[in-house]
Amino acid sequence: MPLTGIEIFKLLPKTNCKECGVPTCLAFAMSLAASKATLTACPYVSAEAKAKLQEASAPPIRVVNIGVGARALKVGGETVMFRHEKRFENPPGISLLIKDTMSDAEVDARLDRFIQLQYDRVGLTLRPELIALKAESGDAGKFVALVNKVKQKVDCSLILMSDNPAILTAGVKASAERKPLLYAATKDNVDAVAALAKETACPVAVKATSLDEVAELTDKLTKAGVNDIVIDSGARTVRKAFEDQVIIRRAALVKKFKPFGFPTITFPAEMTDNPMKEAAIAAMFVAKYGGIIVLSDFQGEVLFPLLVERLNIFTDPQRPLATTQGIYEINNPNENSPVLLTSNFSLTYFIVSGEIESSKVPSYLLVMDTEGLSVMTAWAAGKFVADAIGPFVKKSGIADKIKHRKLIIPGYAATESGGLEEELSGWEILIGPREGSLIPAYLKTWK
Amino acid sequence: MPVEIPKIAYSGKVKEVTLGKGGKTVTVGGETSYPFYLFEGAMTNKPKIAMEVWDCPPEDWAAAALEPFAGVTGDPVAWAKKCINDYGAEMIALELISTDPNGLNRPAAEAAAVVKKVSDAIDVPLIVWGTANHEKDTEVLRLVAELCQDKRLILGPVEEGDHKRIGAASLAYHHTVIASTPIDINLAKQLNILLGNLGVPDDLLVMDPTVSGIGYGIEYCYSVMERMRMAGLTQQDEKLQFPIICNISKETWKTKEAKSPTGEVPELGEARKRGILLEAMSSVALLMAGADVLIMRHPEAIKLVREMIADLTAS
Repeated sequence: MPLTGIEIFKLLPKTNCKECGVPTCLAFAMSLAASKATLTACPYVSAEAKAKLQEASAPPIRVVNIGVGARALKVGGETVMFRHEKRFENPPGISLLIKDTMSDAEVDARLDRFIQLQYDRVGLTLRPELIALKAESGDAGKFVALVNKVKQKVDCSLILMSDNPAILTAGVKASAERKPLLYAATKDNVDAVAALAKETACPVAVKATSLDEVAELTDKLTKAGVNDIVIDSGARTVRKAFEDQVIIRRAALVKKFKPFGFPTITFPAEMTDNPMKEAAIAAMFVAKYGGIIVLSDFQGEVLFPLLVERLNIFTDPQRPLATTQGIYEINNPNENSPVLLTSNFSLTYFIVSGEIESSKVPSYLLVMDTEGLSVMTAWAAGKFVADAIGPFVKKSGIADKIKHRKLIIPGYAATESGGLEEELSGWEILIGPREGSLIPAYLKTWK
Repeated sequence: MPVEIPKIAYSGKVKEVTLGKGGKTVTVGGETSYPFYLFEGAMTNKPKIAMEVWDCPPEDWAAAALEPFAGVTGDPVAWAKKCINDYGAEMIALELISTDPNGLNRPAAEAAAVVKKVSDAIDVPLIVWGTANHEKDTEVLRLVAELCQDKRLILGPVEEGDHKRIGAASLAYHHTVIASTPIDINLAKQLNILLGNLGVPDDLLVMDPTVSGIGYGIEYCYSVMERMRMAGLTQQDEKLQFPIICNISKETWKTKEAKSPTGEVPELGEARKRGILLEAMSSVALLMAGADVLIMRHPEAIKLVREMIADLTAS
């Protein structure tokens, strides 16, 4: 629980020295509570108060960084049980599993898929972040060879999987600069793995056989000075794994139970032999609290829905996704093709562009920046009205691409047609359908 | 280190609604916790799946979605029977696509006669779904209600704009009503109140929050459903304690990602599996949010979701 302004005030020197830039300690405390200031601005705060404040301001679920550079992954840091209460913060990392017993050709094929399978959506690139390398052969040399091979080919973050501290050590020696996640500390090897994590400053996962054991292991690690922890409760049945996710999240957020205050790692890869079922299980973990989701393999038909589901669930409910303003060419339009106008709410864009595409009628879609609002909302808010649409259409450059001067506007903005004919002299304004699903029928009658 | 499992004390319960009539009824609802939180509550009735049947041959379905129904898509009765006999459907959802005024615009009497034929031919509960055109649905569903008066159908979508007339007909002929609202918890509550005022009893009402699939706004219905469950289970909001029905199949299969053939966009993988997974994974997400009834299409997607329900409720 974050401290209130008054609680923070009690920990401050109360000298009103103004050196922090604020007239009084109370005002400074209020700024701290509202996260508008940082404690470093106060030169006189005691070490004890500092520690207390830092502890109180630490997120109930720790943010753990795995990897470095462009593909570094941040997991954890969640503050709510339900996305509508605020938002979900850090999308789960999606990981591909590769074992050191796989043939070179198999490893290469997987790495190729890892690199190729990425998707552009609403101006974002959706792609997986992690590769989990599992030492199954028991041969440290083989494991290190795999680590090196993967490192050479991709710049992603890594998970090193072995119960054997010696093999894990060999693996991390070969990849320490990538800050891999060490998987895992178990009750049998926890001291050795804790020492390794400390020495290499790598994050570490605990793998337990029960929730009680999770708490014991994370407690041991934190006492050993290792704080970047990821939790595997060990459950591999759907029900138990699901319930563990809920219990871990709730204990950390609601009960402030420190030993569970870390992101989790889940293994659909180890819960079924059917890749389709595995995808369904992964879909569950995206919605319910998986911090990292490890899949046995990547195929487009699995990865695409999963990455898009992740994008959807982790969209900030207060900030709708928007697509870029501009001219979208659909079905190879030419100078005689119809021109349709819509708003830049990403959902509106997907539905409208999808319907135009399925109509097979070559068309131009003009997407106007309405700050991510849908047509009706934007119209009601005065952002999708004639005196905004007119200048946008003129500046868009669409007139250079077409011979005709006809613009199809959404049915919900029908009342703007008069104003638009004034704004866009020489243009004919046509009223399109209200619902996206009626666009194909409408376009088929367009001449 | 013994861990104390933090549990919620729920103050409400989802109402139980029995769908259909006779031997093969299906009871839904009755949950006393958030979906599948079985460590602190019970799900007396597991979520159920109704299989989608169209009243006219689909023209733009993906090949993968048509293949399991080859030979029967021209005959709703044969189609429904195939779903029950070959794919173990516990319920049928008959989509009255042909009545759409912007499409075939089939007259109400013809459409109702088809519903009657299907309902006479099957013994599992029958959901009848209109086109969400108020005038036409009023005309069609009133006639359906009368013609199938002893069948305890499940009729929808009943919206604020047509709830009085369709609601009254359902009430008169003892059918179950699907109260449908556009992704808004307040409108959902309001419509449930209006239907209650009309005299629709609690055990003849399910709610449709209007759902969409992965990539097409699933996050909106997901959160509306979670809020409905929160209100019903923890805030004693009796008017939001009804079972939730999700008509998800149409929404996932109509998208370009579900229809795009293998190879058109290589990164999207195999078309058949992709379509099935878009439907199954969207359904799993809706189950997480509180779905009691899912209307689904592809037998393999259904199989996956049934397995997930079984696994999540395994003892």
